Amino acid sequence: MKKELRLTVNGEAHELYVEPKSLLMDVLRDQLGLTGAKRSCDTNTCGACTVILNGMAVHSCSILALQANGGEVLTVEGLAKKTELHPLQKAFLDYGSVQCGFCTPGMLMSAKALLDKNPTPTKQQMKEAIDGNLCRCTGYNSIIRAITAVVNGEYKEEK
Amino acid sequence: MSDYSVIGKRVRRIDGTEMVTGNAKYTFDLVLPNMLYGKILRSPHPHAKIINIDTTPAEKMIGVKAVVTGKDTLGCKNGIWRRFSELCDEEILCRTKVRYIGDPVAAVAAIDEDTAEEACQLIKVEYEELPATFDPLEAIKEDAPQIHEGVELNINVTRHIEWGDVDEAFKHCDHIREDQFKTSSQHHVCMETHDAVASFDYNGKLTVWTSTQSSYYIQRLLADMLGLREGDIRVIKPPTGGGFGSKFELDSPQFCASLLSMKLCRPVKIVLTRAEEFTATKRRTPMYYFVKLGAKKDGTFLAKEVRVLTEGGAYTAMGATALYLTGFFSSFPYKYPNYRYDGYRVYTNTAPTSACRGFGAPQSTFVGESQIDMLADDLGIDPIEIRRKNGMTPDYEVPGQAHILSCELHQCLDKTEEQIRQRGKLPPNHGIGIACYGFMSGGIFNWFDTPYAFSSAIVRINIDGKVDLFTGACEIGQGSDTTLSMICAEELGVRLEDIRIHSGDTGICPADLGAWGSRETLMNGNAVKMAAADAKRQLMAVAAGKLGANIVYDLDMTDRWFHLVDRPERGFSYYDIVKQAIRGNDGEAIIGRGHYTPHRKGMISPAYSFGVQAAEVEVDPETGRYKLLNVITAHGSGTVINRLGIEGQLEGAIMMAGGYGLCEDQPMDKGKILNPSFDDYKLIRSLDMPETKILEIESYEPEGPFGAKEAGEGLTNPTAGAIGNAIYKAVGVRINDLPITPEKVFRALREKEKQGK
Repeated sequence: MKKELRLTVNGEAHELYVEPKSLLMDVLRDQLGLTGAKRSCDTNTCGACTVILNGMAVHSCSILALQANGGEVLTVEGLAKKTELHPLQKAFLDYGSVQCGFCTPGMLMSAKALLDKNPTPTKQQMKEAIDGNLCRCTGYNSIIRAITAVVNGEYKEEK
Repeated sequence: MSDYSVIGKRVRRIDGTEMVTGNAKYTFDLVLPNMLYGKILRSPHPHAKIINIDTTPAEKMIGVKAVVTGKDTLGCKNGIWRRFSELCDEEILCRTKVRYIGDPVAAVAAIDEDTAEEACQLIKVEYEELPATFDPLEAIKEDAPQIHEGVELNINVTRHIEWGDVDEAFKHCDHIREDQFKTSSQHHVCMETHDAVASFDYNGKLTVWTSTQSSYYIQRLLADMLGLREGDIRVIKPPTGGGFGSKFELDSPQFCASLLSMKLCRPVKIVLTRAEEFTATKRRTPMYYFVKLGAKKDGTFLAKEVRVLTEGGAYTAMGATALYLTGFFSSFPYKYPNYRYDGYRVYTNTAPTSACRGFGAPQSTFVGESQIDMLADDLGIDPIEIRRKNGMTPDYEVPGQAHILSCELHQCLDKTEEQIRQRGKLPPNHGIGIACYGFMSGGIFNWFDTPYAFSSAIVRINIDGKVDLFTGACEIGQGSDTTLSMICAEELGVRLEDIRIHSGDTGICPADLGAWGSRETLMNGNAVKMAAADAKRQLMAVAAGKLGANIVYDLDMTDRWFHLVDRPERGFSYYDIVKQAIRGNDGEAIIGRGHYTPHRKGMISPAYSFGVQAAEVEVDPETGRYKLLNVITAHGSGTVINRLGIEGQLEGAIMMAGGYGLCEDQPMDKGKILNPSFDDYKLIRSLDMPETKILEIESYEPEGPFGAKEAGEGLTNPTAGAIGNAIYKAVGVRINDLPITPEKVFRALREKEKQGK
């Protein structure tokens, strides 16, 4: 029996009908076509599915869609303003923080959630913020450098 | 060398924007109209006969559209060593026997994954369990169960390499060490698991989208297994979430999805779960090493003898190559006047072992670099000095095996030594260990038996000056699309944004063996450079005629401007020349072709990278816990094409190779992998990552495009050895088996205390 789900995703309001067992990730990917968040582990341990729900970075593979009812979700697709990339996205490109790119959407959302809460994190805090996001390609340090560049104001966000 | 306009710069990935916006569509993201979802039923037994498979209850289930078993196959055996039929030994869907826990026995296509999964549970497989064997030391015994019919002592492949007179040389050594080592399993852990979408149509054409390192291999192997012609199969590689050696063979998702699709003429998608990925895809080869090393008092190496037994798992896969390469790289990167290697790959009832970033060399480098430090310690010689004394130099011949052209080992040693000196006196319980390494830039061997050139490329220049570059090279995250586009732009004399690359699609790209063995930059780079030069030559003919300059003047194009080399202001715009050239070519676009196959370059590779890595650890002598603090790497990769790309390869390799040294392993109980999830399979996360530093090394490889060679896998070789050596320096214990866990360090420390008393 499907249930009603009201969700604001990337600023857009949606009224959906979902199975009670549906995961937030599946609703985002299968019903809304937002395939940025990836499934990689099935066990809530890799962070590839990270989105921001009501200001907090969450693993969308481990939250029932209905738990997010009435909530606001930001996915990687909502980071750029139309064609203008978010500072974190620019920095990830410039600092080589992307290789295969499969972990990148989740990594960006963890970094965004950190900077929203704390615009001037220490290196240790940055490392902690992405410790739940697995990356097999980059070795993480380039990601930390990219976040640092954003914190240092190398990329100005257009208001 | 520095007047390149494109290469050598720090360049963003050309496919990066799609990735950071979530717009990149991986195989995992693909959905086709009318698509079905597949699941694979796998053996719960390490070794068993299949007596009967009853698929009827599954077929009757609502939502199930097709079920296939080994009976639905042609009974062909898959293998990447196609020149040797006995080494093609994997049915993928087993017909009569299963050989490891995870061997596929059936596959289901249904309206969704849940239904397919449920249907798998309804398939009744009647097994007769057989005695199984798990360790190569046991499997090679006479009374061990035979895993493949007719394969005596379960010996899958043997490999012998020898030069000089080893036995005689040992008689002249002042000091000889004999040691044993054991290396562990490691999983590639691609963030995107193995997956495929297969679509067979009513015209008998099969299209497969798959996460792969070689679309050409998948096309050819599917043709073998399905009885189709190569040209009836198109393999498309969308953005791919990592490979690391795990994705250039034909695996269960591609084969089963294709088979199911052929039954239905509907698209079928199969995505492996993380648990399947850990248990039923291939992995790094664990090896037993028995090594004898002899030297003179002054540290000059006289002879080395290496015997290796590898855990093959149930099938050959690419493990036969790892057996060869571990033997060759056991002599690397040193000048051994006398050397002997005997390797045995043994079948076991475990998940097959195969290629994994470094391809046999991380094993041999851990072993070799540990033992060299032990020998240096015995002789009272500085570890860097002993390496300097014996290290390879440019233009060196490895007897009967390889000819080394460029070699930066001594430069790397000097720079690393300088860094260590600058670090000064270390705090207590800290240690710095070093390891030297080298690696190939693509393999020369053609056990796959391709009739095509190893790499090919086509350049097409359109009327508006935009360049289409077609290549079978596979971008898997390593950055080959960017690297090859840069090479193309540089050679042609246009800008990077003028290039549009089409790669990894067998329908439109010329064949390339794919992204493995660190081959794309050198091999495909050479093909791309040749294709660009071919296209440029055609334009140059037009430009030269138009300029009407004296024949003695050289003509070139840089930054979209055809000009006389000596008088750059005299020339024409690239766009004008392209328009005229196409008009003069009866309206056909300008096409340039290029290819590369190594000839007369020895047995292994046309070029080798060299490097040195230093690792600093801090050990807690009470608990054995230790932290990897800093890793410094000096890597000679020839001319750097994309500086940003090479940094990424260097740092990323430390995460993977550091994990190999520190914590990654796949413990088993009777063939069952005990840690098939990220909860239990430990790898380096951001908080564990050491500080990394890259030392710039100048070099030029004559065989490579613009002087470039590999920078992908070699970097995975040194870290485990450097960590082992660092721990010894810190607290005086030596661990000979990987991974070097705190528990092993703790036990070794207690043992050392006991002996001290």
